[in-house]
Amino acid sequence: MAALLARYAECIFWMARYMERAENLACILDVHETFARDSFGSTNWLPILRLNADEKRFFELYPTASVKNVLNFYVLDQKNPTSIIAAIAAARENARQLRPLISTEMWAHLNMFYNRLLALEPATDLAQHNIQRLCASIKEACQTHTGITEGTFFRDQGWYFYQLGRNLERADQATRVLDIKYHTLLPSPRDVGTPIDISQWNSLLRSAAGYHAFRRVYPRGMTPAAVAGFLLFNDNFPRSVLVCMREVDSLLNRLNSKYRLRRGTLPLERSDELLGNLSNQTIESVISVGLHEYLDGLQINFAKLSNDIAQAFFLIDQPGTLSA
Amino acid sequence: MSASPSTADRMARRAQGALLSGSGKGVDDLLSSYDANGFYDELFGSASKPASHTEAVKDRLRQLDYDDLRRRASDAERELYNLGITFLVYSDAKAVDRILPFDVIPRIIAAKEWAHLEKGVQQRIAALNMFLHDIYHDQHVLKDGIIPAELVLGNANYRPQMQGITLPFKTYIHIAGVDLVRDHEGTFRVLEDNGRVPSGVSYVVENRHMMLRAFPDLMGDIGLRNVENYGAKLLDAMCEIAPPRADVDSYDPQVVLLSPGAYNSAYFEHIFLAREMGVPLVEGRDLAVIDDKVYMKTTGGLRRVDSIYRRIGDDFLDPLAFNPDSMLGVPGIFEAYRKGNVALANAIGTGVADDKAVYAYVPRMIKYYLGEDALIPNVDTHICREPDALQYTLDNLDKLVVKPVGEAGGYGITIGPRASKAELEECRAKLLEDPANYISQPMVPLSVCPTLTEEGIEPRHVDLRPFAITAKSTWVLPGGLTRVALKKGTLIVNSSQGGGSKDTWVLTEGGQAEPEPVADDSTDPFHTQSQSHAALSSSQSQSQSQ
Repeated sequence: MAALLARYAECIFWMARYMERAENLACILDVHETFARDSFGSTNWLPILRLNADEKRFFELYPTASVKNVLNFYVLDQKNPTSIIAAIAAARENARQLRPLISTEMWAHLNMFYNRLLALEPATDLAQHNIQRLCASIKEACQTHTGITEGTFFRDQGWYFYQLGRNLERADQATRVLDIKYHTLLPSPRDVGTPIDISQWNSLLRSAAGYHAFRRVYPRGMTPAAVAGFLLFNDNFPRSVLVCMREVDSLLNRLNSKYRLRRGTLPLERSDELLGNLSNQTIESVISVGLHEYLDGLQINFAKLSNDIAQAFFLIDQPGTLSA
Repeated sequence: MSASPSTADRMARRAQGALLSGSGKGVDDLLSSYDANGFYDELFGSASKPASHTEAVKDRLRQLDYDDLRRRASDAERELYNLGITFLVYSDAKAVDRILPFDVIPRIIAAKEWAHLEKGVQQRIAALNMFLHDIYHDQHVLKDGIIPAELVLGNANYRPQMQGITLPFKTYIHIAGVDLVRDHEGTFRVLEDNGRVPSGVSYVVENRHMMLRAFPDLMGDIGLRNVENYGAKLLDAMCEIAPPRADVDSYDPQVVLLSPGAYNSAYFEHIFLAREMGVPLVEGRDLAVIDDKVYMKTTGGLRRVDSIYRRIGDDFLDPLAFNPDSMLGVPGIFEAYRKGNVALANAIGTGVADDKAVYAYVPRMIKYYLGEDALIPNVDTHICREPDALQYTLDNLDKLVVKPVGEAGGYGITIGPRASKAELEECRAKLLEDPANYISQPMVPLSVCPTLTEEGIEPRHVDLRPFAITAKSTWVLPGGLTRVALKKGTLIVNSSQGGGSKDTWVLTEGGQAEPEPVADDSTDPFHTQSQSHAALSSSQSQSQSQ
C-alpha cells in the first residue's frame, strides 16, 4: 500500500482546515451584514471581532470598528492572520507543497481563487452594497473547492487527512459562532420575543447554513436553547458538532485499521472520549452548567486532538518507528 | 485579473499589437514578407537547403487568421499561468510566479535529421559515461594524455570521494540535456553538455499539451512523434539502477524525487516529474539516514528508500560529505550511497564532464573510448588555459564569444561582435587575470524560427535541448526543448535572460501516425477501457512500494 509522506499529511490536514475556515468566515460576514441589524437598523460589527478574540489586534490596526474597517480586516488584510485572504493564502501555500499529490484541478482552482482575491479593490468590492455579492462568491469558491476535491482527489490516506482537517475545523468553528452569538444575543428582558430577537437567532442559524434544516426539526418557534442544541447535537445536520466529530472518529478508526497506522491510537482514544461525551449530552444539562464553559471545554479538546494527530502522524523523527 | 503583472502586461501588449497590425490580416501575408536575414531558418531552411519537410505545416499556418493566432497565443499563456506551469522569480524579496513565455509557432525537425541527432546524443552520452567511470577509477584517459590531468583533477566539480565507487551499468549521467545549436549552413553542433541537473523537460511535455489544446487544427494528421512517456522511461531507469535488496520478498524499489522545495525556481518541474513517475516528491527534511540506509518519514513511520532522482546539486546533497552549511540535503546520504544502499541519479561528480573546458575534448573522448568520430560536431573552442588559445582569443576578442567555464544560465558571457569597447576591455582584463576560467568560441550564427512578436511574425534565434535517459541503455526523448530568444537580435535563449520556448515537433518517417504507445505506458492520458487491466495495474504497482 502506498505510503503517505508525513509532511504531505500535515499539509492536507491544514489545507482543508484553512478552506473550511475561510468558508465559515464568509458565511458569518454575509449573514451578519444582512440580518444582524439592531433596532435602529444599523449593524454593530463588534460581535464579529469577538469571534476569534480579535478585538485587540483589530484596534492596533484600525481606529474604529466601522463596516469598512471590519470588512477590510476580515476579508483583505493580509496582516490579519484570521482574514479570509490569509486563510486562502495559507491554504494555497499548503497546496503548493501538495501539488505532487493533489489533482491539477484542485491546484488550478485554488491558485485562481487566490489571484482573484488579490485583485480585489477595497474601495469598490468592499463597499457595503457589494458585500453580499463578495461573500457569496467566496463561499461559492470554497464550495467549488470542496466539490472539485470530492470529484478528483484520490481516495487514499491523503483523503482521510483532508476530511479529518475539514471536520475538525468545522466543529471548532461551530462552537465559536455559537459562543460569541450566544453571549451577545442572550435575550435581555427588553428584547425577548421581539422581531429583533428572532432575526438574531435566524442569523445565527443562517451563518451555519442551518436555518432550513432547523425548520425541518422545529417547524414552529425558535428558542435559544433549541438553536444551540441543534448546532451542537443534531444527528443529521452536516455542520453540527456531533456529526463532525462522528466523522472525525470514524476517519481515525479507518486510518488505524485500513492503513495500520498504529501510532494513531492516542488521537483515537481522545476522539472516542469526545464523541461519547457529545452523544450523551442534552442542551438542557449543558445550559445548566454553563454553555460558555462547555464550548470552551470543547475548543480545548479540539486543540488537544489536533495536537495528538500531529504527534501521531506528522512528527516522525524517532528511529523507533521503522516499518518495512 | 488572475495573471501576474508581467503576464498581464504582456497580454495587454499583445492585444494592442493585434490592434495596431489591423484585423483581418492573414498569417499568409506575414509569412510572405518574412525574412530570416540570412540565418538558417527552421521553417523555411536556407536558399541552398530549403526545408521541404515543413510544407504541410506551412500550408496550415498560412490559412490561419492573424488575430485568431494572437488570441490563441494569449489564451495559451493565460492557461499556463492559471495551471501553475510556472517558475519562481524573486524580486523585491517577494516570490513571483512567472510562466516561461510560450511561442505558438512550432519548431519542426525532419525524421531523418532526428534519427541522426538521436544517434549523436547517444554516442556522446556513452563517451561521457565511460569518461566518468574512467576518471573515478584507473584514469587511463589522463595517463594516455588525451585530456590534461589538471583540467580534470583540479576541477571544482571533480569529487575525489567518488574514487573507486562502481555504479550500476557504469552509468553516471542518467539524465542529460545536451544543448544543440544549428549554424548558418544548417549543421547541428553541440554547444554544451548538461550532465548535472538539467532542467526543462516538463516544458517539452506541457508545451505539447498546450498545442494539442490550442491548435488541434495545426497538428492533426501531421505525423508527430509523441513526448508522453518521458516519466515512464525515467521511472524504469530509476528502478533499473536501484540496488538489489535481499531483505524483502517481492522487491519493488521505492523511488523518490528529492527537491530543494516549493520555493525552488524549478519546483514545477519537480512536481511534474514526481507525478509522471507516480513517486513522492520529498525534501531533505523528509528523509533520514539510519545505519547507512535511507528512509522517508511517512504517516506510518520510517520507510526505506531505494532510488533517488535528486534535483539538488552535489554541494548541497550531504552536509557531512560536501558543503557543511547545506540545509537542503540529507546528512549521511553520501555514506549510504557509497555503501551501495541507495541509488542516486545523476551520480555525484558528473559536473566534471559538462565543464565548458572539458567540453572541448569530448570529440577526442569519443574517438578514444568508442573509436568513432563525433556524429554531432562541437563548436570550435579555444581553451584559454592554453597560451596559444589565450593569445588567439585576446587578438580576436571582437569576433569571439567568451564564456566562463563554471557559470550556468548564460551569465558572464561576452559576445564580442555585440560588445561595446568598454565591455571588451573588461573582458580582456578578466581573461588576463584568470585565463583558466575561460573558453572562447566563434560566434555561431544560430538558426532562427518564425516567432510571434509584438511586431508581427519575426525571426528569432533558437537552440535545442534534447533529453536523454540512461540506465542500461540510452533513450532520447523525441525533440526536446526549443528555447527561443524573444528579444530581437539576441542570441541568449536562457529563461533567466528573457528566453521563451516553443513546441518541438519531430516528424515520423513518411509522415505516418506513430503507433499508439504500448499498454504499459501509464502516462498516456488517452487510455481507453479496452486496454488490459493487468497491464495497467502492473505499471501502477511500480510506483507503490511493497
